[in-house]
Amino acid sequence: MSEPLLAEPLLDVRDLRVTFDTEGGTVHAVNGVSYTLREGETLGIVGESGSGKSVHVLAMLGLIPRPPGRIAGGQVLFRGRDLLALPERQLRKVRGGEIGFVFQDPMSSLNPGMTVAQQIVEPLRIHLGLGSRAARARARELLDLVRIPNAAQRLDQYPHEFSGGQRQRVMIAIGLACRPKLLIADEATTALDVTVQAEIIALVQELKRELGMAIIWITHDLGVVAGISDTVQVMYAGRILERGPVDDIFGDPRNAYTLGLLRSLPDLSGGRAGRRRLHQIDGSPPDMRRPLPGDPFAPRNAYATARCRAEMPPLVQAAGAAPGHLVAAWYDLPARLAEEGAR
Amino acid sequence: MSASAAPILSVRNLSKAYPLRAWWGGKASVFRAVHDVSFDIAPGETLGLVGESGSGKSTIGRAVTMLNPPTAGTVAFEGTDLATLPPRAMRRMRGRIQTVFQDPYAALNPRMSVGAYVAEAFRLHRPGMGAGERRAAVEHLFERVGLDPAFLGRFPHQFSGGQRQRICIARAIALRPSFIVADEPIAALDVSIQAQVVNLLQDLQSELGLSYLFISHDLRMVRYLCHRVAVLWRGRIVELAESDKLYEDPRHPYTQRLLSAVPLPDPVAERARLAAADPHLPPDVQPGDLVEVAPGHWVAGRAIA
Repeated sequence: MSEPLLAEPLLDVRDLRVTFDTEGGTVHAVNGVSYTLREGETLGIVGESGSGKSVHVLAMLGLIPRPPGRIAGGQVLFRGRDLLALPERQLRKVRGGEIGFVFQDPMSSLNPGMTVAQQIVEPLRIHLGLGSRAARARARELLDLVRIPNAAQRLDQYPHEFSGGQRQRVMIAIGLACRPKLLIADEATTALDVTVQAEIIALVQELKRELGMAIIWITHDLGVVAGISDTVQVMYAGRILERGPVDDIFGDPRNAYTLGLLRSLPDLSGGRAGRRRLHQIDGSPPDMRRPLPGDPFAPRNAYATARCRAEMPPLVQAAGAAPGHLVAAWYDLPARLAEEGAR
Repeated sequence: MSASAAPILSVRNLSKAYPLRAWWGGKASVFRAVHDVSFDIAPGETLGLVGESGSGKSTIGRAVTMLNPPTAGTVAFEGTDLATLPPRAMRRMRGRIQTVFQDPYAALNPRMSVGAYVAEAFRLHRPGMGAGERRAAVEHLFERVGLDPAFLGRFPHQFSGGQRQRICIARAIALRPSFIVADEPIAALDVSIQAQVVNLLQDLQSELGLSYLFISHDLRMVRYLCHRVAVLWRGRIVELAESDKLYEDPRHPYTQRLLSAVPLPDPVAERARLAAADPHLPPDVQPGDLVEVAPGHWVAGRAIA
């Protein structure tokens, strides 16, 4: 692993398991997820519906409804404390304090009946114990920070008076209000126009440099992940299938699902007439009510072996890859690709 | 703006305005969602329509199919001005002009089996068709879009998002249309499923000679799939060109800003793009008439430097 041994990780997720009890049976949403995050590191998590990418962070923050949700096992050590074992009162101090978060839909995350100032001031008073005047001054600074023009006047407006991009900026301001050590963004720019997304990403990059915070950026957009991540983690069916340094994941993928995602992007080189058909991953996303005994991606994987269908491969260092590049696969993807190339 | 062959769809000076209510002593006014838009689509061609939310993309899609007719301008389909058609003729025409929407679940009827949903197209438009013939046609359509005809009796909730979109496409092609408006048809689908649907749309185009108006915010997929692309900004077309030309040589400042904001799925290239990008660049654009700056490359007038 490339992590320096001297520092304990900021976040240490150990064998996290989350289930939901539904009428149709138990949904196995997160099935043994383990990883660590260093201070100041940006982790990009990619995955599709049912991958567990969103559910696992909601579970960490104590934000899944229980029931039907259930933490079926594991630990989430944040600066040495297990968040899953903290009483709700103490967890509330961490959430929105040392850990800021921004979710996809700012309209449903903001309270429509409270002014923006009230919503930014609240965490400042709870977490930092600021007085009302100091909190308001800080709220104004935060709106400046996320580049909302005329911050002083706009503090007393309501969410509906802001555009979609501005509401997401307000959410980021709230997420950053208490100078978190960790910012978790779940599809934070997905609903936004591409130019607004570009502004938000530039802003988060700047703030990361200023505040030195770590980031978990969850998205399905491989382009966004490519630009901002130090480490990329690919999730599928509630498991990590591959994880490693960003350049290595894009340049030397070892799991067939990662390769499939990268290949399914349109290749834009050459003229239109010469373009190849899009590479498609056949089949459908997994049914999380019926977990498979083996590798969950095996049914859609042309490289799968009998062992893949029978037994889940462990997440281990990929042979010959960069240190810290981990993969869960029984097959040897580079060897299989070389065979194909030779044929 | 003309395509080379006789166009299948010809849109001229299309505008769509919505009246805004007067509030407490304010003055009633109109919101111009689309303003003076003209374009052609050739048989077998895919025209991409890109632009940000509120730019009028979907409004145009709904106006050219007369689902929500324009307030001004003409839409001619195979040479016939759709606004002049009597209702019966328009009903017949609807079989030839179809729409595929973003959310296949909303388009499907949750209480109707998917087979019955596809067969409904025949029941409404081909009343002379016998039940056996109808069933055979629906089975054929299912195979055509890559679904097992054994699933005909199932209901929408029993399918994944990608399968539901295939069902909607099966119904859209049932009456042998020549033109389909695809309004964000892959936006709600997982990345691994998007390629399946795009490949299907391309296969159907080459087999059936379909023309598409492809509305999308996925700028990479638009370049890949579309022959020509029109860029909308605040309800107007600011640039229209053959797709590679538009992406390689964008002339309008808004097009340049839009395309330069697209993340690249390559870490080295994307980090370089982020480092070079100036996201705070103001959109310095002026409305103006389209001018042909190169053959087939149209740019809104006053913006050309």
